[in-house]
Amino acid sequence: MLLDSNCREIGPLARWFLEIERKVNQQALSDVKVLDLTWHIAGPYCTKLLADYGADVVKIERPDLGDPSRRMGPFPEDQPDPEKSGLFLHLNTNKKGITLNLRSDTGKAIFMRLLQDVDILVEGFGPRVMPSFGLDFSALQAANERLVMLRISNFGQTGPYRDFKLSELVLSAMGTSMKTCGQPDREPLKLAGNLLQYQAGLMAAVAGMGALVCCRATGAGQQVDVSLMETCLGSIDRRAPSLLGHQYTGDTSTRIGSGRGGTMSGCPEGVYPCQDGYFDVVGGAAWWPRNFAMLGSPANLSDPAYGTMEGQMDPRRQEDILTALYTWAMAHTKQEVWEASGTARAAAAPLYSIEEVVNDPHFRDRGTFVEIEHAKAGRLRYPGASFRPAETPWRVSRPAPLLGQHNREVYGMLGYTEDDIADLRKADVI
Amino acid sequence: MSSEASAGTQSSARLPLAGVRVVDMTVVWSGTFATQLLADLGAEVIRVESTKFAPYGTRGVVVRPSPALLQTRGLMTTGYPNRQAGERPWNRIALFNVHARNKLSMTADYMRPKGLELVKRLIAKSDMFIENNAFGTVQRLGLGYEDLKQVKSDIIMISMPGFGSSGPYRNRVALGRHLECTAGHTLLRGYRDADPTWTTEVYHCDASAGATAAFAALVALHHRNRTGKGQFIDVAQVETIIPQLGEFIMDYTMNGRTQRTLGNRHPSAAPCGVYPCRGEDRWVAITVFTDEEWHGMCRAMGNPSWAASVRFGSSLDRWNNQDELDAFIADWTREREDHNVMHLLQAEGVAAGPVMDERDCYNDPHLREREFFEQVNHTECGTHLYPGVAWKLSGTPCHIRKPPCRLGEDNEYVYKSLLGLSDQEYAESQREGHIGMDYDPSITVYGRAKGDPGTTPGAKAEQG
Repeated sequence: MLLDSNCREIGPLARWFLEIERKVNQQALSDVKVLDLTWHIAGPYCTKLLADYGADVVKIERPDLGDPSRRMGPFPEDQPDPEKSGLFLHLNTNKKGITLNLRSDTGKAIFMRLLQDVDILVEGFGPRVMPSFGLDFSALQAANERLVMLRISNFGQTGPYRDFKLSELVLSAMGTSMKTCGQPDREPLKLAGNLLQYQAGLMAAVAGMGALVCCRATGAGQQVDVSLMETCLGSIDRRAPSLLGHQYTGDTSTRIGSGRGGTMSGCPEGVYPCQDGYFDVVGGAAWWPRNFAMLGSPANLSDPAYGTMEGQMDPRRQEDILTALYTWAMAHTKQEVWEASGTARAAAAPLYSIEEVVNDPHFRDRGTFVEIEHAKAGRLRYPGASFRPAETPWRVSRPAPLLGQHNREVYGMLGYTEDDIADLRKADVI
Repeated sequence: MSSEASAGTQSSARLPLAGVRVVDMTVVWSGTFATQLLADLGAEVIRVESTKFAPYGTRGVVVRPSPALLQTRGLMTTGYPNRQAGERPWNRIALFNVHARNKLSMTADYMRPKGLELVKRLIAKSDMFIENNAFGTVQRLGLGYEDLKQVKSDIIMISMPGFGSSGPYRNRVALGRHLECTAGHTLLRGYRDADPTWTTEVYHCDASAGATAAFAALVALHHRNRTGKGQFIDVAQVETIIPQLGEFIMDYTMNGRTQRTLGNRHPSAAPCGVYPCRGEDRWVAITVFTDEEWHGMCRAMGNPSWAASVRFGSSLDRWNNQDELDAFIADWTREREDHNVMHLLQAEGVAAGPVMDERDCYNDPHLREREFFEQVNHTECGTHLYPGVAWKLSGTPCHIRKPPCRLGEDNEYVYKSLLGLSDQEYAESQREGHIGMDYDPSITVYGRAKGDPGTTPGAKAEQG
C-alpha cells in the first residue's frame, strides 16, 4: 500500500507523480521539512544528519553574528573568518541559511509563518529562551498541531540543573564513565574533541525521527526533551552498563589503568609500542589462539596454561606473554602488525593519526571522505556518510550556507519583495 | 506495519514505533544499543538467539563464569547481582541486561535448516532485520538481503560490520576499541605528557554506531512508509565516529595539521581542567570560556590576589599560563567538596561539575527530579533502578515497560502467536533443540555447542 505524507492511500495520478519525484530525488527524507534554531555542535549535528539524508533544513541564525561555531576553528591558515570555520562548514552541509531576529515582533511573526508547514523544529537554547520569546510549545502547537518540537539542552527542560552551564569537559565529568579513564594516581580524562556533543546530536536525531514516524502515523506532534547529560548516562560506552552494574553489586568503578597498569579483564592487553608507532591488542583467553598465531606461535608459550584465563592471571606467565609481545612488536612496523593481525584474525589494530585516517586505502576505497566546493572556503575534503542506504543515498546537494545566503529565496517564498527584504535588514529583523 | 499485538506491553498508551517489528541478531554492544533505542521507542524487538550458540561477549564476557573470573571486581566482567552468577548467569549480567529491556527473546538453532526456516518465517512478519556480526556471517547462514527479500519484499535490512560491507578491511575482525584506533580517536585522547601506552580503552564507537544504526533504521522506515520500498543499509561502524571527529579532519584537510591530544584542555578556553577536591578520588571539572565567566569564577573564589595578576588578565593570557593557573585553582578546589565547587561556580555562570561515579548519579537530585532511573523487577535478578530512556517525549512517553529479556523467554509468544505453530509442533521444536531457556551445557565461554556443528556454515559472531 502506498501512502502520502498524510497517510492516505494514493491514487494513480499521485502514484505517477511519486514515481517522477523518486527519479528526481531519491533521498529518504526529501518530504521532511525542518526549521533549525540550533547552534554550537549538538543541534547542528542533529540537523546535518537530517539534511544529509534529504530533509529540507532551513537554519535560522542571528543577524550579523550567526552561529557561534562560525567563530570556532579550525580556519584555513589559522585566519579566523566566519565563512571559513571548518567546524561550521562540516556541521552545516545541505542546509539553507537565513537570518532572523527572534527578539523583534516582526521577526516572531515571520517565524510563525515559517513554522506553518514544518515537520520538525529543532532548538538548542537554554530552557527559558523559547518561552521568553513567547515561542513555547503550546504557542507553536496552536499554529501547527503536527509539529515535532525537538529541544536539545544541557540538562533538560526541567530539574534543578536546568539553567547550569556545560562544556564538553563538564559533560564528560557528570555524564560519562570519566572516572575510569586515565591512571589511578592522576586526574580522570575526557574523550577527544567534542565527541559527546556530536553523540548527543545523533541521539536527538533518533528521538526526533521516532516522533516524526509517530506523527505521520497518528497526525499528532509533540515536544521532545533531550538532555545532553542524559544522552551520556544512557550511553552504552560503559556508563549505562556500569550504572546497572553498581545497582547489581553495590560497587563503584574507578581508574585501574591500562596497558602498563592492568585492564578490565586482568590479562595482558592494551596499547603497546612497535617500531614506528603504537597498536592496541585485546588479550584474554578468548583471543589467545589468534594472538598466539599473530606473535608467530612462539615455542615458549605453547603450554596450554598460557591460553586459559586462570593461567593468564599468573604474574610469571603474564611476564612471559608481555616479553614475547614486546619482542615481536619491536621487530615490526604498525603496518606489519596490522597485516599480521588480519592474517591471524586477531583483535589488534594500529593507532592511526588523522593524516593516516584520511589517506587510508580502505577509506579511500569506500569514499569515506568527500570533496565539497564552498564559495568562500574553496574545495576541501570533509567526512562523508555515516551510513549508506542502498536506495536512498547520502548526498551533498549544497555546502554549508553563507550567513543569510538564502534570505532572498526563503523570504521571497513568503511573498516578501526585494524592497521588503531591504527594509527588514535595515530594521535589524534579518 | 505488522498487525499482531505486542507481547509484554504493560502500558496502553501508544508508543512512537507501535506496530513496528524488528528481528534482532545483534551481539555485544553496538548493535544491541541500536535495537535498544528502537525498543525504547516502542518497536517490538525480538532477539533471535540459540541455545546451541552463544555469541562472543554478549550475555556476559563468558556465559558460565569460572570462580576465578568471579573474583575479579569489574562492573562489566562480573556485574552480576551480589556478584553471584546464579543458575543462569546469561540472564543476570549487567552489561547485557542494561540494553535488553523492552526486548523479547526467542531461540532457534538457526545453523540447522529448520531453525533457519523459522527465523525466515519471523522475518516475513517483520519490518526490519538488524545485525552486527562479522562481515559475511549472516549471508553465509542464508540471511543475506537477497534471501530476505524473497520472504519479505519490503524488508529493511541493516548490517553493521566494523569496517562496512566493502573495501579492503571488510573481512577484518574488530572490536569497537580497534575502530577507534583506526579512526584516529585513540591518538587524540590521553594525557598530554604521557605516551599512548598509558591510554585506557573506551567504547565510544559502540555508542556512535548503535545510535547511527537506530537513526538509519528510522530514516529507512520513514521512506518505506512513504513509498512501500525497503532497502539494505550498510553501516560501517568506523564511519560513525569519523564525522564526530570533524574539526580534527577539517584542520588536516585545510591546513595539513595533524593534531595531538590536548588531554582535558580546550583549544581556546582556559582554565579548562579537572581539579582535585576534598575526599578520596574526588574531582571537579571546570571550563571558563569568556572574560565574564572568569570574573564570575574570581568572585566565587573570593577574589584572591593571585587572580588579579596580569598573567591571567585576558583569555589569551590565561591560556598561555595554564600550568600556573591550574596550580592556583587546584589549591582552591582541594579545600572544598566537589558538589560545593559546582554550586559556587554555576551560581556565577561558570560551567563546573563533579566527576560523578555511579553512586553520585543515583544520588543526584537533578536526575531524581527528572525520574531518569526506573525501577525494574526481573525474575532472576530482583528489583533495581535501571538507567532510563535517554529522552522525554511529551505525547508518547517512553519507559522501561518490560524487564531485560531472559534467553528464550518469549518462545511461546513468537512460535505460537506469531508463527502459528500448534502445541504439537511447538513440542516437536522443543525436542529438536530449537526451543529452550538454557545454553547447551558444553558452552562455558562462548561459541557453538561441542559435538554439534550445525549444518549451516558460518556463524562466527565476533564483532563488537
